[in-house]
Amino acid sequence: MVTATELTPTAELIGITKKYPGVVANSDIHLSLRPGEVHSLLGENGAGKSTLIGILSGMIQPDAGEIRISGELVRFESPRDALERGIGTVYQHSLLVPTLTVLDNLLLGVDQGWKLGREVATTRLQELATLLDVEIDPSAVVGDLALGQRQQVEIVRALWRGEGVLILDEPTSMLTPQGAEKLAQVVRRLVSKGLAVVFITHKLNEALDLGDRVTVLRRGKIVGEVSPSDMLSKDRKAITKEVLQMIFGESTKASNTTVAKHVAKSDEQVFRVDQVLVAGSELHLVLDKVSFALNRGEILGIAGIDGNGQKELAEVLSGQRKVDSGEIQLDGKSIQLLSTAARQALGVRYVTDDRLGEGTVGPLSIALNIVLKRVGEAPFWQRSWIKNNAIREFARVLIKQHDVRTPNELVAISNLSGGNIQKVILARELALNPRVVIYNKPTYGLDSRTAYVVLARIAEQAESGVTTIFISTELSEIVAICHRVAVMYRGQLSEPIDVRPGIELQLGALMTGSTTV
Amino acid sequence: MNGLFSEIFISSLISGGVIAGIPLIYAGLGEAISERAGVLNVGLEGMMIGGAYGGFVGGLSFNSTWLGLICGALTGMIISLFMVVLCVRLNSNQIVVGIAITLGAEGVTALLHGAIYADTYPRVPTVQQVAIPLLSDIPILGPGLFNHHLSAYLAVIFVLFVSWVLKSTGIGLSIKAAGDQPHALEAAGGDVHRTRTIAVLSTGLLAGFGGAFIVLVGAGLFVPFVTNGKGFIAIVLAMLVRGRVKWIIVAAVLFGMSLSLTTALQLAGIDIPIDLVLMLPFVLIIIVLFVFGRRSYLPAALALPYDREQH
Amino acid sequence: MTNTDQLQTAESRFTRISRSTITAMIPVIGAIVIGGLLLMTLGRNPFVFFGNMIDHGLISSLGRQETLIRMAPLLLIASGLMIAFPAGIWNLGTDGQFVMGGVVVAALGPEMAPHVNGFVLFLTLFVVGFAVGAIWSLVPAILKAWYGINEIISTLMLTFIGLRFSALLVKEYFFDPETTVPQTRVLAVADRLPRMFSSRVHIGLVVGLVAIIAVHFMMRKTAFGLRLQIVGMNPKAAVHAGMKMKPLTIAIFTLSSGFAGLAAAVNVAGVDGVVRAEWNPAIGLLVVPLVFLARFHAASVIAFIAAFAVFQVGGESASRKSDIPNFMVLVMVGLLLIFMALGEYMQLRSSRKHQS
Repeated sequence: MVTATELTPTAELIGITKKYPGVVANSDIHLSLRPGEVHSLLGENGAGKSTLIGILSGMIQPDAGEIRISGELVRFESPRDALERGIGTVYQHSLLVPTLTVLDNLLLGVDQGWKLGREVATTRLQELATLLDVEIDPSAVVGDLALGQRQQVEIVRALWRGEGVLILDEPTSMLTPQGAEKLAQVVRRLVSKGLAVVFITHKLNEALDLGDRVTVLRRGKIVGEVSPSDMLSKDRKAITKEVLQMIFGESTKASNTTVAKHVAKSDEQVFRVDQVLVAGSELHLVLDKVSFALNRGEILGIAGIDGNGQKELAEVLSGQRKVDSGEIQLDGKSIQLLSTAARQALGVRYVTDDRLGEGTVGPLSIALNIVLKRVGEAPFWQRSWIKNNAIREFARVLIKQHDVRTPNELVAISNLSGGNIQKVILARELALNPRVVIYNKPTYGLDSRTAYVVLARIAEQAESGVTTIFISTELSEIVAICHRVAVMYRGQLSEPIDVRPGIELQLGALMTGSTTV
Repeated sequence: MNGLFSEIFISSLISGGVIAGIPLIYAGLGEAISERAGVLNVGLEGMMIGGAYGGFVGGLSFNSTWLGLICGALTGMIISLFMVVLCVRLNSNQIVVGIAITLGAEGVTALLHGAIYADTYPRVPTVQQVAIPLLSDIPILGPGLFNHHLSAYLAVIFVLFVSWVLKSTGIGLSIKAAGDQPHALEAAGGDVHRTRTIAVLSTGLLAGFGGAFIVLVGAGLFVPFVTNGKGFIAIVLAMLVRGRVKWIIVAAVLFGMSLSLTTALQLAGIDIPIDLVLMLPFVLIIIVLFVFGRRSYLPAALALPYDREQH
Repeated sequence: MTNTDQLQTAESRFTRISRSTITAMIPVIGAIVIGGLLLMTLGRNPFVFFGNMIDHGLISSLGRQETLIRMAPLLLIASGLMIAFPAGIWNLGTDGQFVMGGVVVAALGPEMAPHVNGFVLFLTLFVVGFAVGAIWSLVPAILKAWYGINEIISTLMLTFIGLRFSALLVKEYFFDPETTVPQTRVLAVADRLPRMFSSRVHIGLVVGLVAIIAVHFMMRKTAFGLRLQIVGMNPKAAVHAGMKMKPLTIAIFTLSSGFAGLAAAVNVAGVDGVVRAEWNPAIGLLVVPLVFLARFHAASVIAFIAAFAVFQVGGESASRKSDIPNFMVLVMVGLLLIFMALGEYMQLRSSRKHQS
């Protein structure tokens, strides 16, 4: 029997280096992708995984180093070159055209001739669908497909021009535990047919579950590898410990992300949502009679796959979106007709997930972003005239309090890292008497240290009496800090249940709308 | 004999509508291609006026309507190169560059015309009308619709061709992707800059052709600002048809008819203030915007520059 | 002027000003060079042309007065654009707003003049001009605020409507029965805006300068100005921060097109005194690049408008002397814009290099 390691690598990266202003994204990376092997690439956000993928897929050109395909030296000027060499990528954020059909998406960029070969393409699609063991309707419009189906289309596209290397960039971030299981089956099937699969993730367990070989990236460098023989021979706990050390360096303690859950929770009801309904543009409801009630200092987790109405719920609660019917109460008084500003003055705060898109104004200073929701209010403005010193003083205090890393408060916020931007947003929303805070995916895209700081801050605020609604797609976070949890599925919110260990599978079932709990 | 239903009124309305509508079809079709590819081409008026002047000079020099039309189309395409270089390649603001192209082209053509032709005011060769057998014999409608220069019928063929390209060819798919999700096009191995370049050059070509049509087939001579806002109207038409390019024909001819209403009314001896009639088409557009605007479809990446390494 | 936007960046003031001066000069020089080449291809001597232009627009006393007079409406239109553009609203309909404001003021002025004193007359005319200009953008404003319809198209369409409608008004309702050409009654020279420094320059120039400076500080120092800037930089953040987008949008349109109407009122009450049918000075679109080039900064806007007015006034007589039609200004503005786009790109590239 021939083991994977003895074959020529399908693709090889040799000494790849890529620098950006101020950062070395990849430094002297060596990587071999072998047929019939799943190669997990593990690392924190900012470790250089995306850059490496960009280079392998032809999106980014390296500053130094070479790429070999089946031993032959190649140069990728664009994704086209990579695709033609059989290297296909499924990107983290869907890169399909939502307005086109499945078939047209697959033909995109392939057929530059005059007439499209739709008949030939249908056959090829059938061929690949059989290989993946999935069913795909070629005439469906991509925008109408569920996320899991879209991902299958993307896999088909990645393999379209040749079945060599399949790169999967954080493929499970949009999937339920069950969807992730289906993906794993597909991947297993593909490697058994001799493909090389690169599996990029920041989740340790997934990397170990699916990978035959695990490589760990930190700060642009490869800091360690677990070979297939080690994967088979060593026990899971030992490998886990070893890999954790690779990811975080010596100080493994900082990786302890479990936040102590506080127990104190009063029985004074503060916030109540009753039969809130938001009609969508089409026939389906965006929010379908959502109801729940929260006590002072309580943390309610809201789980669900992205796009099931969580964002809309957050917007309705904060006042950014109108309700069509139903009631929202704060301290027994209806607030659903109040403006965002009025609710903010009452202490209803919203930490948005779209930090750059709506949470901050990039070209403005940190100081002005901190008073973004208080423009015109005293003491920062007097008779509508700006008081720079009051704003800067306020900003300096909050920057210190929240440990925002910046030279001063006048730096444009777009120059900060994602973690520091999130700290500025938290500082803004938690300043001046918050009562009910809605967090929408507050750790999304943060490295685990910053994520830990953010979770700790949320728990600490709840401890001091802030009522908290915590929207997340990461079940582990919800289990770590929430008292109760409810699941959003197609605009409906399930009955909140108490959080207890091992609840994840039950939540996973609810996330797909399965009623057999 | 006079009145709204007289034969002379209706046939002059239709004939005038076609003559005024054809340039709108060409330019509107061109703009539709750019918009589909994600480029809001505010310089359309400039490309038309450039085409009008180029067509005028070409028509005079070669003493040929067809060669004039081709010169006009080429001039429009050359002007669209500014848009390609500045907006598609260098990612400048599409609106500022569009205004620049329009003002600059208006200025240059007026200046050149004034400096070279102001004393003689020459006329271009007269056009040969081709009456389509049988169809042009239809009473009342026939002469207005089916008795024009061949380039008028060509507009319809162009529309059908572009419609087919968008639907059934690789470049058509690429154009739609470049407007809706440019990163997807790139990820699939296409080239956003190349696709948008092709789209904008086609726009220049068609707008230039339309501008030349105004001079060579319509007016018979060039005067400064002869396109008179038709480029802007074409932009609106392209937005209103929402990517279904065949509707350009209907929209453009209807609009052309309202533009030619004054002449028809005068011929029919009806006395309505000319300004009121000239105002109507634009009021019509505002009303259409009110009624359909809410549902008007624009590509997601319209007027946004594309940078491969920035997501 | 004090350090106006100290909260916005921490960059040193000197480097900022020197860099922005350089980027502003590149387009001007580029436009002059290419414009000169164009003149040469027409067989005219560009040095003679530009020499005549400076002579008539700036050096001769009469020309200088004319330049200052021309600046007044340009400054007012620019004030409006300095509000709209930073707020992300592309008001390209200032020509229509200008003509509508002008026609109504021209009709009203001679009717009122015999009955009221100068102060009341001018105040009324200014308010009416402003209001008419503002009303002329109401439809685009509503379309934008409620339906999200692109204002570029709707404001341009309303310019076309405004040009026809104003002609209709003059021909049908506001005409002076004692003349043969369709035009409004003439505002007597004695009833026009007061002159300054025993020259022909009227106080409209002061109105324009005050407006520019007021808008400058409003945008940089007040809560309202910051709101507009936030709307322009990131409208989603403005919604998120609880700003009321509909009233803000309406306010932006109203102010920006009101200034265009006021510009016409100043021009009619100060210089023209009368409006003919088909009147369309078409200066609105020409101001657009100047405001951009000046990056919405009052001092630069004033400087660019002064240069532009020199160009316009001097260009007219230089064109006559060189025997070419007077479209050189249009060409130059187009060239300015194109070089400006290039300059912006080069600046972006150099700042990227600077970072690395």
